[in-house]
Parts: sequence; structure tokens; C-alpha cells
Amino acid sequence: MFKKLFSIKTIVAIGIGAAVFIILAKFASIPSPIPNTSIQTSYAFLALMAIVFGPIAGGLIGLIGHALNDAISYGSVWWSWVVVSMIVGFLIGLVAKKIDIESGDFSKKKIITFNITQVLAQAIGWLLIAPLLDILIYAEPANKVFAQGFFAVVSNIVTVGVIGTILLIAYAKTRSKSNSLHREL
Amino acid sequence: MAVEMLSYIERKSPIHELTGVTKLICFIIWSSAAMLTYDTRILAFLFIFSIVIFFISKIKLKEISFILIFILVFLLLNNIAIYAFSPQEGVKIYGTSHVLFEIFGRYNVTIEQIFYQINITLKYFTVIPVALLFIATTHPSEFAASMNKIGVSYRISYAVALALRYIPDVQRDFRNIALSQQARGIDMSSKEKLPKRIKNATSIIIPLILSSLEKIDTISNAMELRGFGKNKRRTWYSARPFQKRDYLTLIAFVLLFVISMVVTYYDGDRFYNPFV
Repeated sequence: MFKKLFSIKTIVAIGIGAAVFIILAKFASIPSPIPNTSIQTSYAFLALMAIVFGPIAGGLIGLIGHALNDAISYGSVWWSWVVVSMIVGFLIGLVAKKIDIESGDFSKKKIITFNITQVLAQAIGWLLIAPLLDILIYAEPANKVFAQGFFAVVSNIVTVGVIGTILLIAYAKTRSKSNSLHREL
Repeated sequence: MAVEMLSYIERKSPIHELTGVTKLICFIIWSSAAMLTYDTRILAFLFIFSIVIFFISKIKLKEISFILIFILVFLLLNNIAIYAFSPQEGVKIYGTSHVLFEIFGRYNVTIEQIFYQINITLKYFTVIPVALLFIATTHPSEFAASMNKIGVSYRISYAVALALRYIPDVQRDFRNIALSQQARGIDMSSKEKLPKRIKNATSIIIPLILSSLEKIDTISNAMELRGFGKNKRRTWYSARPFQKRDYLTLIAFVLLFVISMVVTYYDGDRFYNPFV
């Protein structure tokens, strides 16, 4: 079963994906007008990888990328939020088959499917799971962690919605569509 | 772009000589103990113990100070946020209220709140030295081998090894792309307005993604050719055999974990309450 789930391509995609996730999280996050929150372009990338390589790759890129990034830039891993990155990557990846980006066709309908999925996935992750784990593990005050979750969810949904969609459109353009050949007359 | 990252620091010390597996297991035990307990006595003991380990490892404070400053600022902000959102959290947990002085409304300073916030900070402090040490004393390729040894599938361990191996490469690509886009007049700095900045960021990310996808193709072909994933197990070049000191360390850490759990939970509550 493992062999089927983890093809060589998936393994490599997880490894390189996690490395890119870390670099984007470190160098390509844009500070937003709201203090203490930044526009995390790395989550747009995570969404793209989840759509291209499926839920397993998406989940593990989120898990490994976020955990390693925490470890090398803060020296300690904030597990409650790392788990959420994994869940978000996994959930977005669930519609990978349906969107089928490799067909080169990323129409309006598929853009809507993608965005509904990412909004749902992130709402579950940042608004529900992250605060609950923070309360369970660190016994932090409930209203503080829910406020943090709220900021995270708004900025990440906007980021993935805007940058993620742009990235997917750009990626779809690089794939050749089926039935795209024309006979020259 | 010279952002420093925490990485392996070569040195000769008893901590470096332990195998990666031992360090990984001890790190997991340690973080779970610190995560589960809220007992001030245990946290204080673990914190002091972690500083002792830190000295044994011969890692100098100077070498990791850049990260420590980062963490301290983060903890300060976190503490301010906790107080701003919930100034009565300590009173709620410990059940008593010893007011030191009032500020306004529900914002007063109680001994309970101070004690609670000291506990939260201590909880982070007990994990930080050990986590820093784990990263600074374990060689990245040995880390992947250790993950495999404690039961993580070698496919996933290999993905982690790949990630660690390719971080510098991706960073170099990112820098090249960012510089060449800047040479074309695409500005990512704060001088540009926000929507324009986001658009400019995508013009760096897209080439980075496409080059990374190409890398994925090349690497997976190379691995395929070498027959990766054919067998159920694989051996690791950097794995080291267990020695006496590894067994001793492991036993000591398991004992430490059991004792701290017993002390924390024997009165039925994970908080140590000095107020009643």
C-alpha cells in the first residue's frame, strides 16, 4: 500500500516542496497593514502543490515544511499550528483529481471549486483545530487563540485565494491541453 | 538576504557522540513531558537540567544568540497578548485572587496572573534549549536515518532528507530570480504599494515554482534509475550503531519522564497551585 501511495515522484515532490515552502516562508512573506500578521505566500504554494501532487504530498509538505521552518528559524516547533498546515494541505489536495490541473484546463468552474475548498479547509484548520490545540497543549486563554486564528484565517484565505489562483492559472498554461492540436489549413 | 539559519555545528562533545536515534527519542520524550505538565516545580527542574545539557554540548551561546533574540521577542509579544486578551486567566485557573494593584476595568495585576504567565514562559523555555541543541548537534543526514530507525517509513524519511539537502539550493535559486527580477525594475520592498507588491511577489514565485518542478522531475528520474523504493528496507550511510552511553541516556530520559508525570498528576491536576 505504501508503495502505491508514495511513488518516487511524490516523495521527491514532498522533499523539494518542503524546501521551497521554507524559503518562501522565510523570504517571501509580505508584511500586511494589520500588525503581527503577514501575507504568507508559502500557503499559496502549498495549495498549488496539493492540487498538482494530491492530498498525501500536500499534507506532508505542510507538515515537514512548517516543522522544519519553525525548527531552523525559531529553534522550537509550534506543533499545534504545524498540524494545521498538514491538515490544510491534505484537505486542499482532496480535490486534486476533480480539478485535474494536468489537463491544462483551469476554467471558471474549477477556480470556484478550488476556492470553496481552500476556504473550507482553512476555516476548519485555523479557526477550529489550531485554537483547540493551543488551549489543550499550552492552556492559553481562549479568546486570545481564537483572535489569532481569526487573523490567520482571513489573511491566509485571501493569500491563497489571490496568489494561489494566479499560480494555478499560470501553471495550467504551461500544460498542453488535450484536443489542442489544430490541422493547418 | 543574509538571514541566518540554525544548522548543524560540528564539535567534539558527549552530546555530539550520542547517536541521532537517541537524541531524537530524547527530544520527543522531553517535548512531550514539557507539553503535558504545567507543574512549576517540574518545569523549573527541566529548565535547569536543559541548561546543564547545553553546557555539556560545548555549543557557545554566541553561535545561537541570533535565534534566542528572536524567541525572546516572540515570547514577550505573546505574554503581552495573553494579558491583553485575558487578564483574569490566572485567577480562573488557580481559583483565588490576590490583587496587587488595579489599572482599569478588568485589568488589574494579580499574583495568580503573574504566576500563570511565568509558567507559560517557563514552558517554552524548557523546550527551547533542547530543541536548539537537537538541531545543532545532529547531522542532517543522520537525522533522516534516525527517523527511519524509530519507525517512520524510509520514504518519508528520505523526503525529509531531500528537503534538508535542497534548502540551500532553493535559497540560491530564489536569490537569483529575485535579483534578476529586480534588475528588470520589479520591486518587492516596502516602497511599493501592497497590491503591486503582491503582484511583484508572484513574478518571483512563478519562475521558482517552475524551476522546482523541473528539479522534481530530474531527481525522481535519477532515483528511479537507481531503483529507489524497490525493497522494503534500506540501509543508511550515516546511521551509527548503539553504544552503552546511548542506552544509559535513554533509560535516564524515560525515568525523568515517568517521574515528572507522576509528580504532575498525583494530585489530579496538571497545574501546581501554591495559592490554596
